[in-house]
Amino acid sequence: MSAPVLEVERLTIGLPPGADRAEAVAGVSFTVGRGEILCLVGESGSGKSVIAQGVMGLLPKTLRVAGGAIRLDGEDLARAAPGRLRSLRAARMSMIFQEPMTALNPVMRCGEQIEEVLREHTALDAAARRARILDIVREVHLPDPERIVASYPHQLSGGQRQRIVIAMALVLDPALLIADEPTTALDVTTQAQILKLIAELQARHGAGVLFITHDFGVVAEIAHRVAVLRQGELVEIGTRDEVLRRPQHDYTRMLIASVPGMIPHERPLDVQAPVILATRALGKTYAAGGWFRKRAAVAAAEDVSLEVRRGQTLGIVGESGSGKSTVARCIVRLVDPSAGEILIDGEDIAARRLGTLHDFRRRVQIVFQDPYRSLNPRRRVGEAVIEGPLNFGVPRAEALARARRLFELVRLDPNSLDRYPHEFSGGQRQRVSIARALALEPELLVADEPVSALDVSVQAQVLALFAEIRERLRLAMLFITHDLRVAAQVCDTVAVMSQGRVVEYGPAREVFAHPRHEYTRSLFAAAPGRSWAFGGS
Amino acid sequence: MNATDIDALSVEHAAVRRQAGAWERVRKNWSVRIGGVAMAFLLLVALAAPWLGTVDPTLFDAASRDLRPGETGEITTLDGETLEHRFVMGSDSFGRDIFSRVVYGTRISLLVGFSSAVVALVFGILLGLSAGYLRRLDGPLMRVMDGVMAIPAILLAIALVALWKASLLTVIVAIAIPEIPRVTRLVRSLVLTIREEPYVEAAVALGTPTPKIMFGHILPNTIAPLLVQGTYICAAAILVEAILSFLGVGLPPDIPTWGNIMAEGRVQFIAYPHNVFFPGIFLAVTVLAVNILGDGLRDTLDPRMARRL
Repeated sequence: MSAPVLEVERLTIGLPPGADRAEAVAGVSFTVGRGEILCLVGESGSGKSVIAQGVMGLLPKTLRVAGGAIRLDGEDLARAAPGRLRSLRAARMSMIFQEPMTALNPVMRCGEQIEEVLREHTALDAAARRARILDIVREVHLPDPERIVASYPHQLSGGQRQRIVIAMALVLDPALLIADEPTTALDVTTQAQILKLIAELQARHGAGVLFITHDFGVVAEIAHRVAVLRQGELVEIGTRDEVLRRPQHDYTRMLIASVPGMIPHERPLDVQAPVILATRALGKTYAAGGWFRKRAAVAAAEDVSLEVRRGQTLGIVGESGSGKSTVARCIVRLVDPSAGEILIDGEDIAARRLGTLHDFRRRVQIVFQDPYRSLNPRRRVGEAVIEGPLNFGVPRAEALARARRLFELVRLDPNSLDRYPHEFSGGQRQRVSIARALALEPELLVADEPVSALDVSVQAQVLALFAEIRERLRLAMLFITHDLRVAAQVCDTVAVMSQGRVVEYGPAREVFAHPRHEYTRSLFAAAPGRSWAFGGS
Repeated sequence: MNATDIDALSVEHAAVRRQAGAWERVRKNWSVRIGGVAMAFLLLVALAAPWLGTVDPTLFDAASRDLRPGETGEITTLDGETLEHRFVMGSDSFGRDIFSRVVYGTRISLLVGFSSAVVALVFGILLGLSAGYLRRLDGPLMRVMDGVMAIPAILLAIALVALWKASLLTVIVAIAIPEIPRVTRLVRSLVLTIREEPYVEAAVALGTPTPKIMFGHILPNTIAPLLVQGTYICAAAILVEAILSFLGVGLPPDIPTWGNIMAEGRVQFIAYPHNVFFPGIFLAVTVLAVNILGDGLRDTLDPRMARRL
C-alpha cells in the first residue's frame, strides 16, 4: 500500500484540570490510507470527535495536543502554524459535520457558500467557479442544480443540506475527508442515501475518509477498517470483518453485543389480555397562520387506531415528522387531540377538558427522550419521584418509601434520592425518569424515544430495565422509536407511521418478517447493517 | 451476553459533570467580587450613618454657610446646643453638612434602588408567569404592557409622583411601574421556553396543579436571569430617583438625597463645585458598582456565557 494520507501517531490531547480524566485522547495511533474508509467508533466521551477536531486544527481553546504527531501526507499538523492549517483546510482536508443546518450559514445561498471555498483557495474566475459549483452539486446527486445553488439552507431538506455540506467538503478534491457523525441527525432512509453517496464519492475521488460514528450499523455499512475507542484510548483496530465478526477486546465484544438485533423476540402474544389503551381514528391538526391570514391546517396525525393490552408493548415506528410523537403526546393529553377517541379501560378521555383529567393522570405516565431535559435541574431527584404520589394525596413518608423501592427497582442507589440531576449520568437520569413515571403505579407507560439519546451499552441496560418492568408490573407499554432494532427487541406489536398515518400495523414478528407496505419495506431496506447479526442473537 | 455482563463492562461515564457549582463560579468572578465589595461598603455606610462622624443632615447654621471641604465651623442642634464640627465635604448655602447629607443620602438611594427592583420583579414575575403559562391571559396582559412601555419612563414617573403626595413610597412605586413591563416581557419569554421542557410536561403528566407548576417548576428556573435583570433595574432606579429629585419632582427637598443635594448645589456650582461633586461621585460609584455586579452575575449565571468561559 502507498503512503497513508493521514498518520496519527501516539496522539495525546490533554483535558483542562478538573475534568473527569487527565487526557481526552491518550496515545492513539492509526493511519488512513488513500481510498480507505476508517471508522472511529466509540461511545460519548471516547474522544472520537476530539481526534477529528485535533486533525482539523479546530480544538477548543481549553484542549491542546500534549504529545504525538498528526501527519497529513507526511506534514505534521500538530506543529503547523495556524495560517498553514487554514490553507490546508478545505484544500487538502475537509470535514462534514453532524448537523447540516448549523454547518451552513442560514443567510447565505448554498451556491455562495460553495463559491466562498473556491474563492479562498483557487484562482478560478467567476465563470469557472460557477461551472465547478454546478458540477459538484450534480455530483452529490442534487436535483435541479441551478435552483439548489440559488436556495437558502432552510429551503432544503435535511438530506439535501447534508449533500450541500458534502459538496462543499469535496469541491477542492481533498486528500482527507473527515466525517463526524454525518448521518446521526438524519432519518434512516436519508442516512442510507448519504452513506451510499459518501462511499461512491470516496471511491471516485480516492480520498481517505476518517468516519466518526457511534452506530455499529453504519460501521458495518461503510467501513473498510474500524478503530474502537474507549475513554480516549484505542482498544482495538482492524478490518471491518475482523472487528465485527471476531472482536478481540472485551469492550468491543460488549459494544457489539449491546446492538439490538433486527429479529423480533419470540415472546408469545397473549390475545386475551385486557385492552388498556385503544385509540379510534385519533387525529391532531395544527392550525398555522394568525389573526389576519387564513388558517392553514397541518395534519400531524390522522385516523390513528391502535390497541395496547396489559403486559404488552406496542411500538410506534417512524421517521421524523411521521406523527409518532404527536400520537404519544395526545394519548398522555399533553396536547389536545382534534379528532377521534382515546379509550383508557374503555373510557374516552379524548373529549375531556384539561381540568378534569386528574384521575386519568395517575393511570398513564410518560418517559421522554432527552435525559438532560426531563428532570428539573433545580430539584432533587427524590422530589421528582415523590411529586406524583404527593399530588394524589399520598403522605410524604409513604411516598419516600415508595421512591426508595422504585430506585431499587431501576437499580439506583436509594441513598441518592437527595442528589440533583446533574450528578447523574444520562442513563441514570433516564432511570430516574422511569422511577418517576412508575411512582403513580400507572397502567399504561408511554415511552417517547427513551433510549435514542443514550450510548449503545447504556441503551441495552435501559431496554433490559423496560422489559423487566413490563414483566414484573404487568404494564401496558407504548414505545415510540425511530430505531427498528430497538423496536424489534422490545415490541410485541408494531405500528409503522408515515406522514401522520399508520401504514402498517400488526404483530412484530409478522411486520418484520413480511412487511406488506412499500414504506415499511423501504424503511427496513435502509436500516444500516441489516445483513449483520448483531445483538449476540 | 446478558444484562449483568453489560453492566459490569459498561462505561457509563458520559456525564460525570463535576462542573463547578453556580455559586462557586459566582464567588470566583472578579466583577462580582469588586461590585459586591463596593455594594457591601455602601450598605455599611448607609447602615452606620449615625456613627460615621455625621450630624443630623437637616441641621443648619447660618454661621457655617458655604464652607469649603475640610474647614471647621459650628453647627446648632435642635436643642439649641452649638457644636464644633469639621465639615469634611464642606457645607451648603444653608450651612448644612454635605458629608452628613451625602452619607444619609446613601440610605435613600439604596432603599429606592433595592425596593424598586423588588417591586418591579415581584409584579413582573406574577404578570410574566401568568402571560407565559396561562395562554388566555397572554394577549390582553401583553397589550397592556405594550401600552405602558409606550410612555417614556421618566415622564411616567413624574406624572405618578405628581398624582400622589411626594413620599418615599410614591417614588419607589413611580420608578418601579415603568420597569414592570420589561420584567414581564423577560419572564414571559423565559416561561415560553421553559414550559416546553420535558420536565414541565412530566409534571403536567404527574397531575401537578398548575400553580405548583408555575411557582415550583418554572419560576426557580427563571431566577438567574431575573437576578441579573434585578441589578440593572436597581442601578436604573437609583439614577431615576436622583433625576427626579434633581428636577424637584422627587422626594421633598428637606430629605437628603443625592439628587436633592445636587439640585440645591447647582445654583452655585461655579463657586462651590463640592456641593455637586461629592453626591455625584457617590451616585456614579454606586451605579457603577451595581452594574459591575450585574455583569458578573450575568457572566456566571447565564449558561450560554458559562460555556464560553
